[in-house]
Formats: sequence, structure tokens, C-alpha cells
Amino acid sequence: MAGIKVFGNATSPSTRRVLLALHEKNLDFELVNIDLKDGEHKKEPFLSRNPFGKVPAFEDGDLKLFESRAITQYIAHRYESQGTNLLPADSKNPAHYAIMTIGMEVEAHQFDPVASKLVWEQVIKNFVGLTTDQAIVAEEEAKLAKVLDVYEARLKEFKYLAGETFTLTDLHHIPVVQYLLGTPTKKLFTERPRVNEWVAEVTKRPASQKILKYHH
Amino acid sequence: MGGGIKVHGVPISTATMRVLATLYEKGLDFELVPVDMKAGAHKQEPLISLNPFGQIPALLDGDLTLFESRAITEYIADEYNNKGEKLLCQSCKKLKAITKVWLQVEGQQFDPIASKLAFERVFKGMLGMTTDPAAVEDLEAKLVKVLDIYEARLSKSPFLAGDCFTLADLHHLPIIYYLMGTDSKKLFESRPKVSEWIKKITARPSWVKVLNLQKQ
Repeated sequence: MAGIKVFGNATSPSTRRVLLALHEKNLDFELVNIDLKDGEHKKEPFLSRNPFGKVPAFEDGDLKLFESRAITQYIAHRYESQGTNLLPADSKNPAHYAIMTIGMEVEAHQFDPVASKLVWEQVIKNFVGLTTDQAIVAEEEAKLAKVLDVYEARLKEFKYLAGETFTLTDLHHIPVVQYLLGTPTKKLFTERPRVNEWVAEVTKRPASQKILKYHH
Repeated sequence: MGGGIKVHGVPISTATMRVLATLYEKGLDFELVPVDMKAGAHKQEPLISLNPFGQIPALLDGDLTLFESRAITEYIADEYNNKGEKLLCQSCKKLKAITKVWLQVEGQQFDPIASKLAFERVFKGMLGMTTDPAAVEDLEAKLVKVLDIYEARLSKSPFLAGDCFTLADLHHLPIIYYLMGTDSKKLFESRPKVSEWIKKITARPSWVKVLNLQKQ
């Protein structure tokens, strides 16, 4: 099983997405630190691993991948029978699988663009000594509220976003949700009872706790 | 079989076109149910029950309802794996993982920039709005960086995921089609491998059929 390497940064949400999947599966791996402050992700040798110059990149034996959501899907399939099952219970049924895929697309196209802007304004800018633009925060929070209203309705019907079990759909949200919990945006979660419960559930998972322990 | 497939959408919508192309690749019968976008039909019942995010397309197959075009195309490729063209590599896990990388690249690196550029160059005009030249310049500068990476990739293999046409190529068709009808086409035409790839994928009979729907 040896030979899994993640080239990334332990504070990056995309890197954390991959680390979550590996922890959920109890897989051994090496995290090779990429120094974002130094621009290491925009230079060789990292660019040969991901020409788009973004963390993480990934290696399992001689298979080399990038894009966190492609990597997590690979891990979920390749190691399907190990650790937590991150796929729907009936993963070979295209109709059931499609429900999870919809959720992954929703995270990538409806949730993440908005939620990541809020992390940028309130967390990253803070960290590098820039000022939060409250007008942008207000605008993006209004958009996120609409997305979370859809999630609230969804989670009234199902325990998790893709059904009754925890899947990649839920996992992909966790790193950005964790950052937002440290900002005033947290209120958007706490105001919605089912979303609030779901956030508590997914962030208390042992794997979710493990990724917070990395400090770089 | 495929007799019960309904697509709620319109032939000029890039996301709808993505789904239509996939249905044609698979040789599946379907009904295109038009949506009165001007009247905001997509934001109201009955469509909002099909897609709570109020966007087109939605697809119905028997009692299955799906939305998010890239989830729909993946479902079609999976469920109808044995019909028409192969759009995903099934038998080889490694190639499937690499296809997922390039599916993510389209969704995360190409589309956010290219769809904004198509909005400026094409859709603003349709809506009676004015193109913002500064935005166009900014977006084109970002897009060329992505296309340089595509040029390098397509120097190594005829299609993005490898030797065969996959959904990773198909997902690009609608936005590329629109941009090729504008001054932005120079960005593609000045890159020989990208240009060759575009000629190949836009010549596919299924894509020609999608464009014919616009003429009706």
C-alpha cells in the first residue's frame, strides 16, 4: 500500500480535502510540504505535477494526479473496501451514484465559489495583513444563505447531502466549512437547524479533527 | 431503454448543450422541453422542484430527476455505457482517474474564466447589455495561461484524457463554440494543438446535431 504522497500545504482547503479522504480510509501517506509563501507551487518541480500551479498534487505508485476532487474520487474508488465508504451504498447503480455526483457538482459550482470568497476575505486576508472588505462579505453571505436554504430543505429529507450515509459530497465541504466556523459567517450555519446539525456531525468525525492538527 | 428521457432546457444554453451533445453521442432518444427563461420559468414551479438552484438543464429518466449538467453527462455515460460512443474509460482505473482530473480542470480552471468571457462577448449582447473591454482583457489574459497548459497537454496526447475522446473534451464544446464566434477565437487559433483539437471535437456528428437544434 505504500507509495501514496500528497504534495500540498496542510492549511490549504484543497489539500485538506485529500487528507480527509486518506484519513477516512486509514491509508498511510506522506505529506510533502509545498511552501505557498515562497511560491513553490508556481515553480518546478511542482509545476510538473500540476501545470496549473495549485496544491495539492498526488501520487500513488506511478499514478500522478491533481485537482483535489479528482483525487478524492480516485481514493474513494481505488480503496472502496477500506475504512469509511465514501461512495453511496449502491455505488454500482448509476442512478444512485448520480445523486452523489450532483452533490459534488453543487459543492464545486454553487457552494465553493461563494464560500471560498468568504474565507479569502475573512481568514486569508487577515492572515496576510490585508483588510476585509465588508461589502463583499455581505454580498457573498447573501448568496451563501440562498445555497444553505436549499441545503436545509435537503437535509430535512436526508441525514447527509447525498442520502443516509456520509459520502464524498459531504467530505468536499468540510475544509471550507471549518474555516467559516471561525468567522461571523458561522451564523448562516447556526441559523439553520438541519444544516447546523450536519455541520456538527461532519466536523466531529475523527478524520475532520485530524486535519486541524497540522500546523505549518 | 432511453425512451423516457426528458431534458428541460434551451438549445442556446451552454449547460443544456453539454447534456444534448452527450445524449446524441449515445444515440439516445429524448424530448427537449423548452423553458421560458425570459419569464423566469426556471426560478418557479414546476422547474424549481426539479432543480432547487433554479438553473437549467434538468433531466428526467424514468423516475430519476437530475440537475448540474456535468452530473447529468456522467450519469448518461455510465447508465448507457454500452450504447453509442464510449465517453469514459471504464476498464482502466488509471485512465478513469486521469479523465476525472481533466473533467475537474474543465470545471475548475477553464469554465470559470471562459464562461465569464463568453458572457461578456456573447450573452451580454443578447441581453441588451454592453461588453466591458477591461473585463475582456483581464479574462483573456487568464485564459491564455490555461490554454498554454492545454497546448502542452495536447502535444502529448490527441485528447485531454489520453488517446480517446471523453466527456473531458465534450464538456468544453459549448463555451468554445461561442468564443470561436468572437474575437477571442484568436486565442485558440494561435495555438496549433488546441486548434487541431477544437477542429476534431467540433466536427463530431453529435455536436453538429446540437447546433442544428439552435436553428429550429
